Amino acid sequence: MSERVLLAIFDHEEDLIASIGALREREYQIIDAYTPYAVHGLDKAMGLKPSRLNWVCFICGMVGVLGMLWFEHWSASIDWPLDVGGKPWNSLPSDVPVSFEAAVFLGGFGSVFALFGVSRLFPGKRPEFAYPRGTDDRFVLVIDQADSTFDLGAVTVLLNEFHVLETEERLTSHTGAL
Amino acid sequence: MVEKKIKEAMTIMHDDASILQPPLVTGNKSIGDVTRDVCASMDRKPTGLWWAAFAVSSSALLLGVVAVTYQIATGIGTWGLNKTVGWAFDITNFVFWIGIGHAGTLISAVLFLFRQKWRTGVNRSAEAMTLFAVVCAGIFPLIHMGRPWLAFWTVPYPNTRGSLWVNFKSPLLWDVFAISTYLSISAVFWYVGLIPDLATIRDRSKVGLRKRITSILCLGWDGSARTWHRYETVYLLLAGLATPLVFSVHSIVSMDFATAVIPGWHTTIFPPYFVAGAIFSGLAMVLTLMLIARKVMHLEDYITQTHVDRMSLLMLSMGSLVGLAYGTEFFTAYYSGNGYEQFVFMNRALGPFRWAYWTMVSCNVLIPQILWFRRVRACLPLVFAIAIVVNIGMWFERFVIIVTSLHRDFLPSSWADYTPTSIEVATLIGSFGLFFTCFLLFCRIAPVIAIAEIKGAAHLNKPKIDQHENSQEMVA
Repeated sequence: MSERVLLAIFDHEEDLIASIGALREREYQIIDAYTPYAVHGLDKAMGLKPSRLNWVCFICGMVGVLGMLWFEHWSASIDWPLDVGGKPWNSLPSDVPVSFEAAVFLGGFGSVFALFGVSRLFPGKRPEFAYPRGTDDRFVLVIDQADSTFDLGAVTVLLNEFHVLETEERLTSHTGAL
Repeated sequence: MVEKKIKEAMTIMHDDASILQPPLVTGNKSIGDVTRDVCASMDRKPTGLWWAAFAVSSSALLLGVVAVTYQIATGIGTWGLNKTVGWAFDITNFVFWIGIGHAGTLISAVLFLFRQKWRTGVNRSAEAMTLFAVVCAGIFPLIHMGRPWLAFWTVPYPNTRGSLWVNFKSPLLWDVFAISTYLSISAVFWYVGLIPDLATIRDRSKVGLRKRITSILCLGWDGSARTWHRYETVYLLLAGLATPLVFSVHSIVSMDFATAVIPGWHTTIFPPYFVAGAIFSGLAMVLTLMLIARKVMHLEDYITQTHVDRMSLLMLSMGSLVGLAYGTEFFTAYYSGNGYEQFVFMNRALGPFRWAYWTMVSCNVLIPQILWFRRVRACLPLVFAIAIVVNIGMWFERFVIIVTSLHRDFLPSSWADYTPTSIEVATLIGSFGLFFTCFLLFCRIAPVIAIAEIKGAAHLNKPKIDQHENSQEMVA
C-alpha cells in the first residue's frame, strides 16, 4: 500500500525534537525521524517504549551460562570422567570462567543479531527514506499524510516556526510498520 | 572594541585553568565539518610518510612470516627454550599483546559506562588496536603448540578418540575460551560502532567500489530514530558485557601462572596485578598511536590536548597501581616466610636478570611519575617518549615474571640460563609488523574517529554557536 508522507528537514536537533512535540500535541502521525547520530531525548519526544532487547541479552546470557555449566559437568564427570591431579570430577569453581565467557559470547551476539532482526538491518538492504545528508548533518522528520485531518498548509506553518529548512512530499510503499 | 571583547571571551572559554569541562572538539566545527574532516584522510591519496611506515611495517611482517614458517617447518628447537625455561619469548609476547588489547575495551566500554564523553575522540582507533593486538597475541600460543595445524584440538568437539573432551580444569583451556570470546566480542563491538559511520560514507561517496562495499556493510542503515533507540540499548549492553569480559580475560591469563606451583607465579595478587598492567600497557600503546595519528592525519581538533592529558593521567594511575603490585609482591614474599618465594624475588632484583628487572621498574614506575606535572602532560613529544618507555617496560615486566621465575627452580642442578635466538627476535619483530600493518590499513579504509558518536557527544551545531556566529556577523 503506498502512502503519502511529508519529509521535513532540519539542521538542529532541538528544532527536530520541539517540532515533534508540537506535531504530536496536534495529533499528527510521526512515522519516524532520521538523524546522523543518536539524539538524546528523541525517544521520549517520539514516545518510544524502552527496548526489550535487554531481555534478549539476558536470556541468551542465561542459555550460555547454564548450557556451558551443564556441558562441562556432563563431559568431565559423566561422559568421560578424567582424573586430573586427583581433583573432583565435578568441581564447580573450575567451571565458572568458561561458563562466564559463554554467557558473554551468547549475550553479545544474541543481542546484536536481535537488533539486526528487529530493525531489519541486513546486507544489501536499501534505506527506507533516502536522504543523503540524513547521515551527515541533517535531521529528517517523516510525517504521515494519510490521515484525513492532515492539513499541509497548517503543518508547513507549524514547521516553519521550528526553522524547517525544506519540506518534501513523497509517495512511499512504506506500510507504517517501522 | 566589540571584536576585542569577543576575543577576550574566547580566550576565557578556552582557558585550560577553567573548572568547566573543556570542549571535546576544538575549532568551532559544525557536524558537517566532522564528517568532512574525518573522511578527508580516507579521500586523500596516501602520503609519503604513510608509504614509508607501511614499507617498514610490512617488511617486519614479512620477516616474521619467514621466521614462523622456518620455526614450524623445523620445530620448537629453533627457539632458545630449554627444559627449565619452558616458556620465554613466546608467552612474554602473548601476554604483552593481550595486555595492549585491553586499553581498547577500557576506553570503549568502561569509559562509556562511566559516561566519559572524551572517549569518543579515541575509541574507534583504540578498538581497532584491540583487535589487531589480540590477533598478534593469539599467534604465539598457536605457534608454541609446535603443531599449530592441530590447534582445533583445544575446542571441545565430538571426536573419534572417545570422545575425549578438553580439560575444563585447566586455565590454559579457560584462556582459549576467554581470548576467542574477547576477540569476537571486540570485533562485534567495533563493527556495531562502525555501522552508522559506514552509512555516512555510503551516502557521501559517489558510485564506485567504496560505495558498493559500504552499502553492503552498513546493512541499509538510515539513521531511523527507532533503530537508534534500539542501537543505543545494544551498545550499552555490549559495553556492560565487555567490561567484566576485559577483567576476566587478563585475570584468566594471570591464572595460567597463578595456578602453577612455581614461586613468583603462585600468588593471589596476580589477577588484579595483571589487569592493571594490561590496561597500563594498552594506554601507552593507544597514546603512542594517537599522538602519531593526530599529527599525520591532521586530527588536532578531535584528539586534543585534553585527550592526551586524561590518557596520561590514566596511564599514571595505572602505572602507580603496577608499582604498588611490585612492592606488594616483595612484601608478600618476605612476610610469607617461604624460602623459595623469598629466593625468587631476591633473584629477580639481584640475580642474572637484574638488568631486566630494573629496566622494568624504571620504565613502569619511576619514569611515568613525571606525568604528575601538568607541564609534562602538555608537552606532547615528552608524553610520546614516556609512552614508548612504558611499552618497553611492560614487555620487560612479562619477561621478568616468566623467565626469572623459571630459570632457577627448586632444584639447583636444573638451573639454566635463557637467551633468545634470532628466530624468536624475528617473530617478535614480525608481530609488531603485523600490528602496524593492520593499523595503517585501518587508517586508510575506515574512519579513525567515531563520526556519529563524536557528533552526539560534542554538542556541536547548538543554537548557542549560531548566536556566536550572529555576533561575529554583527562585528563584521
